Amino acid sequence: MNPALLLLTDSRLPAGGHAHSGGAERAIASGAVRDVPSLEAFLRGRLHTTGTATAALTAAVCAEAASAEPRWAALDAEVDARTASPAQREASTTQGRLLLRVARRVWPSPVLDGLARATPSPHHPLALGVAAHAAGATPGEAALAAAYHAVSGAATAAVRLLGLDPVAVHGLLADLAPDLAAVAAQAGLAAGAAGWEALPAGSAPALDLIAEQHAQAAVRLFVS
Amino acid sequence: MRASAAVATALTGDGRTIIRRLASAPPLTLRQTGPRAVHLISTAAGPLGGDRLALDVDVAPYTTLELGSVAGTLVLPGDGASEMLVTARVGAGATLRFAPEPTVLAAGCDHRLLVRLTLEADADVFWREEIVFGRHGESPGRCHARFDATCDGLPLLRQEFTIGDPALDASPAVYGTARCVGTTFLTARTDKPTVSDGVAVLPLAGPGTLVSALAADAVELRSRLEWGEQTALTPAPTSPR
Amino acid sequence: MGANHDDHHHAPDGRGRALRLGVGGPVGSGKTALVAALCRALGRTLSLGVVTNDIYTTEDADFLRRAGVLDEERILAVETGCCPHTAIRDDIAANLDAVETLEHRFGPLDLVIVESGGDNLTATFSRGLADRQIFVLDVSGGDKVPRKGGPGVTTSDLLVVNKTDLAPLVGADLDVMARDARTVRGERPVLFTSIRQEPTAAAVATWVSDQVHAWSHDHAVPVS
Repeated sequence: MNPALLLLTDSRLPAGGHAHSGGAERAIASGAVRDVPSLEAFLRGRLHTTGTATAALTAAVCAEAASAEPRWAALDAEVDARTASPAQREASTTQGRLLLRVARRVWPSPVLDGLARATPSPHHPLALGVAAHAAGATPGEAALAAAYHAVSGAATAAVRLLGLDPVAVHGLLADLAPDLAAVAAQAGLAAGAAGWEALPAGSAPALDLIAEQHAQAAVRLFVS
Repeated sequence: MRASAAVATALTGDGRTIIRRLASAPPLTLRQTGPRAVHLISTAAGPLGGDRLALDVDVAPYTTLELGSVAGTLVLPGDGASEMLVTARVGAGATLRFAPEPTVLAAGCDHRLLVRLTLEADADVFWREEIVFGRHGESPGRCHARFDATCDGLPLLRQEFTIGDPALDASPAVYGTARCVGTTFLTARTDKPTVSDGVAVLPLAGPGTLVSALAADAVELRSRLEWGEQTALTPAPTSPR
Repeated sequence: MGANHDDHHHAPDGRGRALRLGVGGPVGSGKTALVAALCRALGRTLSLGVVTNDIYTTEDADFLRRAGVLDEERILAVETGCCPHTAIRDDIAANLDAVETLEHRFGPLDLVIVESGGDNLTATFSRGLADRQIFVLDVSGGDKVPRKGGPGVTTSDLLVVNKTDLAPLVGADLDVMARDARTVRGERPVLFTSIRQEPTAAAVATWVSDQVHAWSHDHAVPVS
C-alpha cells in the first residue's frame, strides 16, 4: 500500500471532513441511530449503497488522471447523475473543493492544477481520485480511501454526538474491514471495465431524505 | 421464458399521435386503451425466476404516450433469476407518462429490474416506479433495480437499489423501517428541494426532478409520491395526506 | 455557505491579501460583541469581511447581521461539527474557504475577522488561518484567569479583558488581572474594555487598525 493513502484517509487531514457527519447527525436527531448496533447498520448501509458508487467513481477518476487529457467535466457529470439530493451534491462539492485545496499544497502536480482549472469545486470523488493519483496511489487504493471516507466521518460524528464509547466504534470500523476491501475491489474492477455510464450507482433513499431534512434544520452542528 | 414487447408512436400529418406499433409477447400483453394510452395486461403469472422480459418504448418526436398497467407485477421465484428490461426513447418535444402499478417482490424471488431511458431535448417525461418488499407479512426475495436516464447523451440520473439483504434493507441509511420504495422521475425542473414525512422532492443537477419516497405500505407510498409529484409540478407546497 | 466557482486559492505567503484576524475566547466573554464593535469602528474606513464559527446554528452570524454593522452578505457562518477548536486550529479548511470566498466576492478586502466558536482557554487559531489573534476574556470568569494562563491568554497578539463594568459586582480586581497578564504575556498588549459602555471599543479598534496598516505595508504586491 502506498503510504500516502494513510495521509489521505487520516481524519486529521485538514480538508474540512470533520464538519461533515454523512447524515449521521440527522439520523441521530430522529432516533434512527442511537447506539453502536444502529450505528453499525447505518454505516453498513451507507457503505454498500452510496459508498459503492463513490468508490467506483474515485477509482475511475484516479485512472483517468493518468491520461493526457482527462475528461473531468464528464466524470463530474457522472457523479452529479448519481447524486439526486442537492444537499448531498453540495456536501460533495464542498468537500471536494477543500480537499483539492489541501492536495495542491501537499502533493503539487499539474494534474491537480488541471482539475482546479476545469472544475474549481469538483465532487469529492474527483478531488480524492486525482489527489490519490498525485500522491502515487493506484485506482484500487483510491477506491479503498473512498470506501473508508464513506463511513469514517459518520462514525466520528456519532462518537461526538451520542458520546458512544470510541473504542467500541473503532471496533465496529475494524469489523467493516472486509466490507471495505470488497467494495474497493469491486470498484477497482468496475472502473477498469466498461464505460463510466456502467459504473455502480448505489442509492440510499433514507440518506437522501436525511440530507434534505438536515439542510433545512434550524439547529445543526455538522454541515451535512 | 423470453418475451419482448414493444410500443411505438408516430406523428400524423395533421399533428396527432397514433400508436404505430403494439407488439405483445406473453406475459407482456399490451392493449391500447385510449388514443394515446396503452396498458400492460398480465396474461400469465410472474415474472418467474428464469424469465427474461423486455419492453421497448419508442415515443416519436412531438407525440404523446401514456403507459400504465392494469395490475401490479408479482415477481415470483423460479429457475434462476428473472429480469425485466425497459428501454424507452423519448424524442424531441415528445411526452411520456409511465406509471405502472407497483412491482411486488415475493419471497424467494431473484429479480433484476433495468430501465434505460434516453431523452432528446424538450422531452417531457413522468416516470414512476414503486417496489413493494413482499406481500403482506412476507419477507421479500432479492431485487436489483437500476435506472439510467440520459438527456441529449448526457447523464441525468443513475440509480441502483438493492433489496433483499435484511441487514442492509433495515439500515437507517437505506430503507430503515420502510417496506416500499418509490421514485418518480420528472423532466420538470424545480427550483428548490422540499422534504416531508418519507418523501423528498430533489432537483437534479441536470434538467429534471426526482421524487423519492419510502413508506410502510403501497397506499402510503402512492400518497407520498403523488404529494411529491404535485409539489414538483406546482410551486406552492401542500402537506401530505 | 455558498460554493464559489472560481479557482482563487491564495498563495500561502499572504501577499496581496487582507489581514486575517482571529477573535477567540470562552463562551459569553463578548467575542461577538467585540466583532460588532470593530465593524462599527472600522467599517467606514476599511473593507471588511467576517466569518463566524457558531457551535449551534448561525446565531452569532445572525446577531451580527441584525446588528446592522456590516452588509450581511459580508458575514459567513461555518459549521464546526461539535468541535469549534478543530475548525480554527487543526482543520482550518472550511474557515479558509469562507475567508477566500469573501475575498473573492468583495475583494480586495483590508481585514477579515474570524470569530471562533466559544470554547475553552486552550483554543487558539492556527497561523495558517489567522495572521493575528485577539483573545477575549471577561471579568466574570474571575480575576485568576490571566494567572492560570493557557495558550489563548499567553500567546495571543492582544488580550482583551471585557465587561470591566461588572468587576465591582463580581469582586474581580482589574489591577491583579493586569499584573498577572503582564507576568504571563511579557510585552504583549492587554486592553480592558466594557463594550456595553463603549460600543466601538476604541482602544481595540486602534490596535486592529495599526495591525491592518502594518500588514498591508509588509504584504503589498510588488509593482513590477
